[in-house]
Amino acid sequence: MMRSDPRALQLNEQGQLKHFLTLDGLSKDILTEILDRAESFLSMGEQSVKKVPLLRGKTVVNLFFENSTRTRTTFELAAKRLSADVINLNIATSATSKGESLLDTLQNLEAMQSDMFVVRHQDSGAPHFIAENCTPNVAIINAGDGRHAHPTQAMLDMLTIRRHKGQFEGLKVAIVGDILHSRVARSELHALKTLGVDDIRLVGPKTLVPEYFRDMGATICHDLKVGLDDVDVVVMLRLQKERMAGALLPSESEFYRLYGLTEETLAWAKPDAIVMHPGPINRGVEISSEVADSDRAVILDQVTNGIAVRMAVMSMAMSGQMQEQQTAGDEG
Amino acid sequence: MTLDLDKALNSMKQQLADYCRQQNLENPIVVGIHSGGVWVANEILNAVPTNEELATLDITFYRDDFTRAGLHPQVGHTNLPAIEDRHVILVDDVLMSGRTIRAAMNEIFDFGRPASITLAILFDLNSRELPIRADIVGEKLTLTENQRIKLSGPTPLSVSVMETH
Repeated sequence: MMRSDPRALQLNEQGQLKHFLTLDGLSKDILTEILDRAESFLSMGEQSVKKVPLLRGKTVVNLFFENSTRTRTTFELAAKRLSADVINLNIATSATSKGESLLDTLQNLEAMQSDMFVVRHQDSGAPHFIAENCTPNVAIINAGDGRHAHPTQAMLDMLTIRRHKGQFEGLKVAIVGDILHSRVARSELHALKTLGVDDIRLVGPKTLVPEYFRDMGATICHDLKVGLDDVDVVVMLRLQKERMAGALLPSESEFYRLYGLTEETLAWAKPDAIVMHPGPINRGVEISSEVADSDRAVILDQVTNGIAVRMAVMSMAMSGQMQEQQTAGDEG
Repeated sequence: MTLDLDKALNSMKQQLADYCRQQNLENPIVVGIHSGGVWVANEILNAVPTNEELATLDITFYRDDFTRAGLHPQVGHTNLPAIEDRHVILVDDVLMSGRTIRAAMNEIFDFGRPASITLAILFDLNSRELPIRADIVGEKLTLTENQRIKLSGPTPLSVSVMETH
């Protein structure tokens, strides 16, 4: 099947977001708009009614083909704070297990007049496939697909970095751990590059840090000390035990000894360096409890920022969809 | 047509001082609507008997035209103190359809239940689409269909009437 370029697919004719599939190809202006919008949603936390009427009357379907409690919950909360109606579909336990195809499932959801699908799928490219094949006025948000992308996670990390460091230019960022299986790392690279970070280091064992990342503009380090030297931001990734088929690692304790973030190894970074982790954290596997519970760790800020970023992306994509319908209506 | 900005501002200040005294408004919170309303609120703040700092409101997420026009560009941040049981003086530069004020009141109520809301407007245009009226008006104007008021600021604050085609 011929596939369209996902980078073109997610923008409308005015260059606004209408789907949110990947950060690859999105301009600095759009990324900055997402961060600015998210920032204003953050201040909503002070309202006694923590809701704005923006997506009132819209229906958002959380389509999770793969379990993820945190991502699903924050997307659900984000949609509800925008006043949308939310349906959660755990596809693993629904009709697909009775043999219904993905397209049949989609058509049924479209017939229920949904306005947005938030898609999490174990296969890379699934949200893109859905965006190509569903009716034109449904916005698709990628909530993580295979090893490909997790753009809202990367953007919430960008918001966390900006709120702690003020700006991106001149920052040194280390991403440590299981890069190979990580869709977060890929999206993070695109976002950091676009926003102006030049010194990005991917740190981990050879089996988990593929060489091809060099072509994306990152430095590859197999030595944690070199990787953490003088950095402003440390992004720890979770060791994805469930994706670890074959002997990629000798043992978890070996990994912790070589790449674990402890108070001793964190001392190689700048004294005011922040520590991020997309969660769920494996204490004693990639990060020590002292570091995870210290005030250097901004892991819970990431969760709060995640809701705001998801609100920003959802409202922008819905807006882009409606602008496009408006244009189509004017022409027709 | 030329507009006398100072005269309209002075008129607002005089009315506000009188109004607060008559209505016995104790320490009211002055809230400006971004952007023009914040500029006007800054000018008239010293006429209001209050210890509160100027509060601001961005109504982007409360507008009623999202399904037609999509997201509007954001012009500022909402910054409101605790407003439960407080008197609020809501300030904007121009009152036209009344839709902005409806959105602003909806947003205020998501922060709490104020004791009262008083609406203070610099220029009141005769083109209401909703049953909303201002308590304090700097100047009432009637414009032709292709005339628009343009406020520039914050310093210096100036106003002009634009002809659109």
